[in-house]
Amino acid sequence: MADALLQIENLSKRFGGIQASDRISLAIPDGELHAVIGPNGAGKTTLVSQLSGQIAPDSGRISFAGVDITGLPMHRRSAGGLARSFQITSLFLDISALDNVALAVQAHAGHSFRFWRDARGEAELRQPARAALERVGLGARADWPASALSHGEHRQLELAMALAGRPRMLLLDEPMAGMGPDESARMVTMLRALKQEVTILLIEHDMEAVFALADRITVLVYGRVIASGAPAEIRANAQVRDAYLGEQEAVS
Amino acid sequence: MTLFIEQCLNGLQFGLLLFLLAAGLTLVFGIMDLVNLAHGSLYMLGAYFAATFTAWTGSFVLGAVLALGATLMVGMAVEVIAMRRLYGRDHLDHVLGTFGLILFFDEAVRLIWGPAGLSLPLPGWLNTSVQILPGIQYSAYRLAIIAVTLAVAAFLYVLVMRTRIGMLIRAGASNREMVAALGVNIKLLFTLVFGLGAVLAGLAGLMQAPILTVQIGMGENILILAFVITVIGGIGSIRGAFIAALLVGFIDTLGRAFFPELLRMVLSGPAAATAAPALSSMLIYILMAVILVAKPEGLFPVGSK
Amino acid sequence: MSGALTPRNVVIAALLVGLALLPLYVSITGDRFLLTLFTRIVILAMAAVSLNLILGYGGMMSFGHAAYLGIGGYTVAILAFEGVQSGFVQWPLALAASALFALVVGALSLRTRGVYFIMITLAFAQMAYYLASGMARYGGDDGLGLDSRSQFAGLLNLSNKTTFYYVCLILLCASILLVWRLTISRFGMVLRGTRSNETRMRAIGFPTYRYKLAGFVIAGTMCGLAGALVANHTDFVSPAMMYWTRSGDLIVMVVLGGMGTLFGPVFGALALLFLEQFLPTLISAVVRPFNPAGAVKAGEYWQIVLGPLLLLVVLFARGGIDGLLRMLSSRERHG
Repeated sequence: MADALLQIENLSKRFGGIQASDRISLAIPDGELHAVIGPNGAGKTTLVSQLSGQIAPDSGRISFAGVDITGLPMHRRSAGGLARSFQITSLFLDISALDNVALAVQAHAGHSFRFWRDARGEAELRQPARAALERVGLGARADWPASALSHGEHRQLELAMALAGRPRMLLLDEPMAGMGPDESARMVTMLRALKQEVTILLIEHDMEAVFALADRITVLVYGRVIASGAPAEIRANAQVRDAYLGEQEAVS
Repeated sequence: MTLFIEQCLNGLQFGLLLFLLAAGLTLVFGIMDLVNLAHGSLYMLGAYFAATFTAWTGSFVLGAVLALGATLMVGMAVEVIAMRRLYGRDHLDHVLGTFGLILFFDEAVRLIWGPAGLSLPLPGWLNTSVQILPGIQYSAYRLAIIAVTLAVAAFLYVLVMRTRIGMLIRAGASNREMVAALGVNIKLLFTLVFGLGAVLAGLAGLMQAPILTVQIGMGENILILAFVITVIGGIGSIRGAFIAALLVGFIDTLGRAFFPELLRMVLSGPAAATAAPALSSMLIYILMAVILVAKPEGLFPVGSK
Repeated sequence: MSGALTPRNVVIAALLVGLALLPLYVSITGDRFLLTLFTRIVILAMAAVSLNLILGYGGMMSFGHAAYLGIGGYTVAILAFEGVQSGFVQWPLALAASALFALVVGALSLRTRGVYFIMITLAFAQMAYYLASGMARYGGDDGLGLDSRSQFAGLLNLSNKTTFYYVCLILLCASILLVWRLTISRFGMVLRGTRSNETRMRAIGFPTYRYKLAGFVIAGTMCGLAGALVANHTDFVSPAMMYWTRSGDLIVMVVLGGMGTLFGPVFGALALLFLEQFLPTLISAVVRPFNPAGAVKAGEYWQIVLGPLLLLVVLFARGGIDGLLRMLSSRERHG
């Protein structure tokens, strides 16, 4: 696909005896919300970690907006417009929610070799941060310490931080993990609105959310892509049903 | 040539001695994830105990055995009283807490044995030289050190590779939680491992006592080398510690012996004379810096935590 | 509003006023020793402030910070030895030397993490120590004396103890001010974020290495200045200044006082040096009823108490003195 925003070619990664990623190939065009699903241990987070640059693949290629980013360090990918949220909440717990997001804004606001001005007083940083928080519904909690937020609010904060840098593409790793039905519904609504502006790669276990949001779905089992296509196709796919229900057959 | 062989043997002996020290350190670090700065204090205690017990009993070997026993007891006591509370904490906490222990032990030794050092004379039967090659004599005691440390290294190898406890040790080094989940008495295992480390340190201390020193602060000096070895070899890896220790032993000994001459060939006389002692001491650290830059996890890094 | 008058703020204010007025007190009581002691405290506090920047705020556990005291001190001493008495030359060069050393050490060490970082910084400091020991021309192990203190073209007479004390105090306050502004600035946010969660920082787009390196160099330079002050204070430098246990002392000061707080290092320096002075007396007093003859001698072993005390602080009072003061302050506010 010539106009794919994110192009993954034959991505492979092995950890000791486990093939976490097995020649994964995927192309995500601009504006799509692409869901990646699969049973636990399928290698979904490993995939995202390789896309964001936290883990180096053994082989394969990743291009983003036409640029080969396979060897690019984490911070350069983020600066280039590829942002991620974490499955296991990874926030700065000792500061406020607003401070958290302001940091994310700061990362995209030029260099940080400024030694004197009070960063907390810079509107250039605080306003976009507040806006991002409002966006995800955390406006009221802006000044709370991150450690005081509920689990669901942490997930929202994760999203706000990913958004703060005005990315072109979001890698969302189980944004709804551990959320109750109300919170999940709110997150789905928000993601649906977000779809209009940002390309999204979504990893989720919540099938309702996945089928409500996804333009296309890829199914990963044991690190390998076993199916990829429109939601209706995936729903009807026998292999996928087997992978999720009943006995797990050894993938040949 | 004679000098070279002699220095090689000295390097071997020094390296093996360092291995004893580093093995205990890397074990404790690898399994309990504990940075123990007070390891050098156990080394010091081994020497002091040996000097005292040898003087009391009149026998070097008996004194050594008693010293090892005493060091083991102190080690296990320290583990139960202090170390247990440090497990799982930040490394910074370990560094500070064990730094406090160093202060305590240095003063305690000063209180009990006085500020001047002690001496540990060799018994007659060890204080001789042996002909190892035609025309080359070497200290019998240093050969004994080599023999003993190689035996201990072999014992450690068998222990870690072939016994059940060893299996627990290896498993614990790469995945602590798993071992605990298997229902093993972790507390006891940790105490035993720490005790083992203490005995190794004490043995190193008492063996070097007759040829080097028995004084307060001796632990600090050698601790750094032990840490350097642990880091070069890869934390948690005994094999790494062995190889790194030999590397360090050889480079340090041969470096101090021959580097000044090498330097003289390259630099002018006075410049070489000024630079030589400083650079020789620095060789080890330069080695560590080079290795860490190339392989930040050490030569033989042990599995993920 | 009780907000401003918390126990913590009162203590800090009292401390600053006390430090400022000390020479007055000394001139009244004639206790010159106190002036010498507090000059030392102030200088070491400055070294601790610099370490706190990278350790307390930046999370970089450098076990080789004492090297900069030595580098700064030796630069001054060596220049003085070679006939350069002017502080206008000595001090900038001391800063430059420290900055350069920090740049090299930091560039190499910051590629590692955790205990590896600790070890490699320690190793580099030991290298500096051995280098100094090996410089026969400059005294080697015996150290090097200064014939005169840094000259400032008659503007400042550092040989006057009171003048020197105020110079040190002003520099301490300046360094605290600098650290304050640094830690609230964008740069400081990056350092603190890196301490809190480095992976996240890189994930949101910060090239953390360069900021850590910058912090490392700033801290090293500041400590180099403290080293220049040490050389002037003791009129003497020796390799022992850089021995790794001295780096340990600095870390103790930072932690004891309260890591990552503005005044923690000052509390820590005060506490450590006070303990050094008064634990012996305390121990003697405790021992005297039981063993009058051995009381004084018993006091000499004060580190036997300091050691376990340190361990206890680590286990139970992790926030250090500043942490305790904050606890008192918040309890006050809530009644």
